[in-house]
Amino acid sequence: MTTTPLPEHPDFLWRTPEPRSSYDVVIVGAGGHGLATAYYLARNHGITNVAVLEKGWLAGGNMARNTTIIRSNYLWDESAAIYEHALGLWERLPEELDYDFLFSQRGVLNLAHTLQDVREGVRRVNANRLNGVDAQWLEPDEVAKVCPILNVSPRTRYPVLGATFQPRAGIAKHDHVAWALARRADEMGVDLIQGCEVTGFLKDGDRVVGVETSRGRILAGRVGLAAAGHSSVLAERAGVRLPVQSHPLQALVSELHEPVHPTVVMSNHVHVYVSQAHKGELVMGAGVDAYNGYGQRGSFHVIERQMAAAVELFPVFARAHVLRTWGGIVDVTPDASPIIGTTPVENLYVNCGWGTGGFKATPAAGWTFAHTIATGEPHPLNAPFALERFTTGALIDEHGAAAVAH
Amino acid sequence: MLLISCPWCGPRDETEYHYGGQAHVPYPGNPADLTDEEWAGYVFYRDNPKGPFAERWMHGTGCRRWFNVLRDTVSYEVLAAYRLDEPRPEIPQAGGNR
Repeated sequence: MTTTPLPEHPDFLWRTPEPRSSYDVVIVGAGGHGLATAYYLARNHGITNVAVLEKGWLAGGNMARNTTIIRSNYLWDESAAIYEHALGLWERLPEELDYDFLFSQRGVLNLAHTLQDVREGVRRVNANRLNGVDAQWLEPDEVAKVCPILNVSPRTRYPVLGATFQPRAGIAKHDHVAWALARRADEMGVDLIQGCEVTGFLKDGDRVVGVETSRGRILAGRVGLAAAGHSSVLAERAGVRLPVQSHPLQALVSELHEPVHPTVVMSNHVHVYVSQAHKGELVMGAGVDAYNGYGQRGSFHVIERQMAAAVELFPVFARAHVLRTWGGIVDVTPDASPIIGTTPVENLYVNCGWGTGGFKATPAAGWTFAHTIATGEPHPLNAPFALERFTTGALIDEHGAAAVAH
Repeated sequence: MLLISCPWCGPRDETEYHYGGQAHVPYPGNPADLTDEEWAGYVFYRDNPKGPFAERWMHGTGCRRWFNVLRDTVSYEVLAAYRLDEPRPEIPQAGGNR
């Protein structure tokens, strides 16, 4: 065996500035959404006096823990619009950010195992087409052509009766997405400040004017929360109650294998979603653990069931080994759709409630949240996702509707 | 895997139970008088604490009865399990070691 020398450690892609005493905009949370928000504040709105505060390290929360699936085949019009906008942005971001983050449009299959699944899938394909989202309904033999290692035999416990297919869906390298956004935001003047936990909010009456942090007080014209699982904990410190519940969501990877899995396969019914990362790991996720939790870990029986489902669907995986499992904290809303918009506190904005599906929306969350913060008004794409919908009743009920494995 | 003590059946694995979310959320006493905001609060808003949380569980593969559990949402430690007609126990140490 020959050993190749390790590559040179890359130059740091962003500065490590000390926090200044005040900013036009402070974003709380330097995950994908926070970084995308900062990037689009600078790019689309010319607002560069911005700090992104991160209690841990950059992109170390759910951005480091997701299964990197990108798709836009959601049922409802409001969801299809924002996720399709995201997919359009994904398609041009590698060039725009001059960073190849391995966005691979290898398609996604959402399997149907019951007659109800079939009806739901066909309906969703039709809805997607009306909304300009690429979608096809595939019969089992066509499913097998897209993904030959998938067991479409009728002799399984839950046979594959068909699948929806979105060819433009895919995966991307999550860390590199964050680094690409961080580098460009930093170049445009945004301060990315890690190890800086927001412990409280400075308010003047009903208006937020800054934040208390573990590194001192920082004044802010506007504050945007992009803290995923900790959104409700943070918002409570600002006197805002959010209708979210934080749950552990687990995922796992196998050791490295030769490329065997050409696409992304999701199954709600047996509850697993699988792709193969560029390096070769099989990446699998499941539904959330039922209970509320902030521990970034869940119960083993959840991943045991997920692996059982994976082996049933992919007999070739039976002798793969689990290399690593982990958990993130996802904030789930009552209608499984996000909240992006204003809050009862003036100049405080919130982007949360993405539940199990925030990664795919990263660019659109940033695009719309930046617009909301910059103008004080929601972008047309996120207007339906306002906090007020839980009072008006205009829910966007994607539970079970969106091919979402909750 | 959590180990939860059903008040009637004793300690059993988490997989025997069904989760029911926040406990001690009473139906509004005067439903006809509620505003939309108050209904939203009752229907959609629940506490989401980082630390001790009183929550409902149902022993699905056992006695099939609902009961309440006080559990730490960070350590996942089950601090107490108690019947629906019992008040939330006072656990002075709960959450104090973080």
